[in-house]
Amino acid sequence: MNQVQNFEIFAPKLVDRKEYFSAGHRACQGCGEVLALRHILKALGDDVVVANATGCMEIISSGYPQSAWEVPYVHVAFENAAAVGSGVEAALKALRRKGRIADRYVKTIAVAGDGGTCDIGLQALSGAMERGHDMIFFCLDNEAYMNTGIQRSSATPFMAATTTSPAGEAIPGQRTWKKNVPEIMVAHKVPYVATACPSYPIDLINKVKKAAAVRGPAYIHVFSMCPTGWRCASEITIKMGRLAVETGVFPLYEVENGKYRLTMEVPEKLRPVEDYLKLQGRFRHLTPADIEKIQKQVHREWEILLNKVECLQPW
Amino acid sequence: MGKRVGMEVAIAAAEAVALCNIDVAAVYPITPQSHIAEHMADIIHDGRIDAEFITVESEHSAISALAGASAAGARAYTATSSQGLMLMHEILPIVSAMRLPVCMANANRAVSGPLNIWNDHTDIMPQRDSGWICLFTENGQEAIDLSIMSFKIAEDPEVMLPCVVNIDGFQLTHMIEPLEFPSQAEVAKFLPPRKPFAQLHPDNPISMGCFAMPDTYAETVKAKEEALRGSKKVVTRVFAEWAKRFGRKYNVVETYRAKDADTLMLTMGSMGETAATAVDEMRKAGRKVGLVKLRLWRPFPVEEIKAAVAGCKTLIVMDRAISTGGAGGPVATDVKSILYGEKKRPRILNVIAGLGGRDLTVGDFVNMFDLAKKKKDEPFEFYGVRE
Repeated sequence: MNQVQNFEIFAPKLVDRKEYFSAGHRACQGCGEVLALRHILKALGDDVVVANATGCMEIISSGYPQSAWEVPYVHVAFENAAAVGSGVEAALKALRRKGRIADRYVKTIAVAGDGGTCDIGLQALSGAMERGHDMIFFCLDNEAYMNTGIQRSSATPFMAATTTSPAGEAIPGQRTWKKNVPEIMVAHKVPYVATACPSYPIDLINKVKKAAAVRGPAYIHVFSMCPTGWRCASEITIKMGRLAVETGVFPLYEVENGKYRLTMEVPEKLRPVEDYLKLQGRFRHLTPADIEKIQKQVHREWEILLNKVECLQPW
Repeated sequence: MGKRVGMEVAIAAAEAVALCNIDVAAVYPITPQSHIAEHMADIIHDGRIDAEFITVESEHSAISALAGASAAGARAYTATSSQGLMLMHEILPIVSAMRLPVCMANANRAVSGPLNIWNDHTDIMPQRDSGWICLFTENGQEAIDLSIMSFKIAEDPEVMLPCVVNIDGFQLTHMIEPLEFPSQAEVAKFLPPRKPFAQLHPDNPISMGCFAMPDTYAETVKAKEEALRGSKKVVTRVFAEWAKRFGRKYNVVETYRAKDADTLMLTMGSMGETAATAVDEMRKAGRKVGLVKLRLWRPFPVEEIKAAVAGCKTLIVMDRAISTGGAGGPVATDVKSILYGEKKRPRILNVIAGLGGRDLTVGDFVNMFDLAKKKKDEPFEFYGVRE
């Protein structure tokens, strides 16, 4: 596809061998979120401070007196990771300037789930990005409130069954389409916005490194497979991420100063969404007509994205 | 000692904080705090102090940003009021549990609804159990002095707790008073830059804000309780150091003409001065009345209150808030509670007054003292409120 430019060289040997998120945490088998976190931290290295929202990653990593974090880590509450990160970033800046901490650059990142990003944390995120803090915000999107027991969020896909959008006789699952937060971030004129998925670790790492090089706000939306919440087998986690990308359900792209670019080679013809949907219990109730409706929407969104890639110029 | 200047109290509060070498301020505007926020902005934008200024999108984010900043080792400050403080509510006990010495001014204002921007204490009362040191100011000079002292108290290694300085909205914040500022050099000697016990930095990676299972949560609650209770002696120590350096003496509980009084009134905040005038007038008329003023609300100065009211027959506790559907005003409820076990205790009347900016004159305080003449005691009563 001629839209794909500057295709990153596959270089697994360059990935940091050091682990910044230690083993022994309490994540479920096949957790895509914790896998993403591991790669993100490898890409960032030692000089980082993490502000984490309440959620799966917080609960599996930080039960007192244990911690899986090898880098400085703070958790305050659910909706405020971006605000806490804002404060950390401001403090590091002030204290460095005033000679009260080592004179070297330390990156601030904020990490939240889709609830902590797209729903309850959206205001704090919008504020932090608008103010232009030097911070990367990561949304680890597993498409529902998995930590509290699989309740729907605004990032839950259309018709997916969750515990608050069950596949009922009258209402068959989630009634709304997934909220597009990366677009909201682009609308904030955030200089670097990307989507990523741990099924494509090198792509993810490259994006994190790129975001880390920005001296300002950056946002990465990470599609994070959740076998527990999606009702699929834990050993097919990586496959699920790949299917989401190959079907066009979750395209991988980046937006640098308003310029869109697809970052993964996508076949001329997208795979049918059914390949992705049929492996998940949350879509078990879908009729062929429902699948067709979803297929149409995926194609429409894909066309919109390709349009942006072709037409939009950098700011 | 600096010279006296005429200045609005809200602006003076910001000027006081500017002397404190803060590293990060985060504010969101709300009446009647806005002059503090605006003046902080002026000070930082003019480059008078070296600090980061975060114009957050809500008070919730203000306190959250300061939690992050304080965890990273910064001296962090915010100011708020009423709905803003209510919006912070969720984060307040987390800040104290994390033992972060964030300092805040609260321009006391009534809580909605109905919406009301004027002064009472209904905003701070829902926050009283959040583990913050809670001070009340009676005039502009106290707003300056306590704002500076609050950092020293909060950051003391024995304390490490956040602190809120209450400055009555409008009735104090918008008054122009003759005020005295200590010099920058004097404050720098009194309050050196913050030395955090722990901070977020890769040179020593630590995890902060970890969750606690049932086997450890209760211990954290107890630890916070002991730290807050224990902070009283640090408050007293800092007050004493202040008196030595700057000549103005403060106590956690103040008394006025209370020694031989048979009737005492207990107040908090700016009403103390009006009440004192009422006491003077009644004393002139031969009435044995006096005043107890609570400067420290949390930790509750149990021993000092007991000592202050020991000799009186009747104690009138004036509350500017009410625990709706509860036992009465929050101050009176606590005062009654600590005196319950005393063999000799005064009769306690609870007056709820001055809500939502309802003005209280010297005459009103005389009337409130006269409630002591009533035969039958109510658990509490509203003063000056229409049926």
